[in-house]
Amino acid sequence: MSNTATMDSKTAWGGNNESPYGASYGKLMMWFFLISDALSFTGFLSAYGFYRHYYGSLWPSAENVFTHFPFMHGNHPLLYVALMTFILIMSSVTMVLAVEAGHRMDKKGVTIWLGWTLLGGAIFLGSQAWEWYHFIHGTELGAIELGRGTFALPNGTVEHTYGVIARWADDSKQVLLLPWREIAGDVTSPYIQLTGQALTEAVANGKEIYGANLTHNEYGHPLFGDFFFFITGFHGTHVFSGVVLNFIVFINVIMGTYQKRGHYEMVEKVGLYWHFVDLVWVFVFTFFYLV
Amino acid sequence: MEHSHDAHGHAPEPYKYAAHHSEEEGKKTRRMIWNMFWVLLAITTVEVTLGLVWKHLEISWGVVKMTFIILTVAKAYFIVAYYMHLKHERKALKNTIIIPFVLFALYLLYHIFTEGIYSEYMDKYFF
Repeated sequence: MSNTATMDSKTAWGGNNESPYGASYGKLMMWFFLISDALSFTGFLSAYGFYRHYYGSLWPSAENVFTHFPFMHGNHPLLYVALMTFILIMSSVTMVLAVEAGHRMDKKGVTIWLGWTLLGGAIFLGSQAWEWYHFIHGTELGAIELGRGTFALPNGTVEHTYGVIARWADDSKQVLLLPWREIAGDVTSPYIQLTGQALTEAVANGKEIYGANLTHNEYGHPLFGDFFFFITGFHGTHVFSGVVLNFIVFINVIMGTYQKRGHYEMVEKVGLYWHFVDLVWVFVFTFFYLV
Repeated sequence: MEHSHDAHGHAPEPYKYAAHHSEEEGKKTRRMIWNMFWVLLAITTVEVTLGLVWKHLEISWGVVKMTFIILTVAKAYFIVAYYMHLKHERKALKNTIIIPFVLFALYLLYHIFTEGIYSEYMDKYFF
């Protein structure tokens, strides 16, 4: 079998039949689209990083937010999201194996590996829905969003309490933990403990919050919720459209469209998109869940 | 047809791109794919483990954070270079993709680091 496939002149891109990039029009345009899409995600994640740093200890720590694992009780920080990451990496592997099978014109191989990729994408989407459910639903304990007032920091300065989320120290609801903003972004910065009279006042002036939406977030600063819904939502939309594209190509593979065409380049193109989705998740995982 | 000949009067070769490979090349590619899979899995495992245990170790948060970022960029490199095949594309294509992205990303980060300080004033005077 020869190493190259001949394309018709409609698909070749200018340059007197000699592409300076050695790539077809479709593949090149997919790359250009991915650059612009990557820049959107760079913008989102940089903005997230900035505010995460800016609000310091008012920002929730992801390991306190995402602690659930299906069919298991108790605290399992990071475990589920680590599994989601593994599933997406695995689906990237099956995708590149489908591309490889396509290079050998192995229709059965492409069908099998693309099928596994579809399954991986579907499981990932389900997992994301599950994470959203738990984040929106929140804990039974809830938290107190403080009303207008001030409190003195140990160093003597006075801070405003309005909108600050104070979390319960434990299930007994005897102690509220009041964080304050550390510009240094030190995740281990201390809390002021509210007890007795101060606690009663804080609860009376404040508001009980359960779970998270776009304006309130029981785990900490509401911007965390906004960023979470927006960035994971935007990434999830990409996963969804990736699954749809993979499904269309999967049907075409089964129908023998690419076998007749003489090459499986379409699998490569949707493969590029799928790897990009995985790539974005690598960054979301680091900046949302680890840092 | 006149326009189908190049400057030297030769009829151009039909447009070609690497779409096929042999059984042996396939074997090599598959070995590379699985090797990369183990690399990516190892990096992810290190990241998650570090995320869970760093508070019990004598490492500062700054070091942990930088480790996460370096490992993530390494992972991104492996995915783009090997799975997205960019390492084996032509130099022109590599540059066209990487240079604009890196340039704009750094430009964005530069602005966040230098101009972000105004958020402090916004907090003070508007809210």
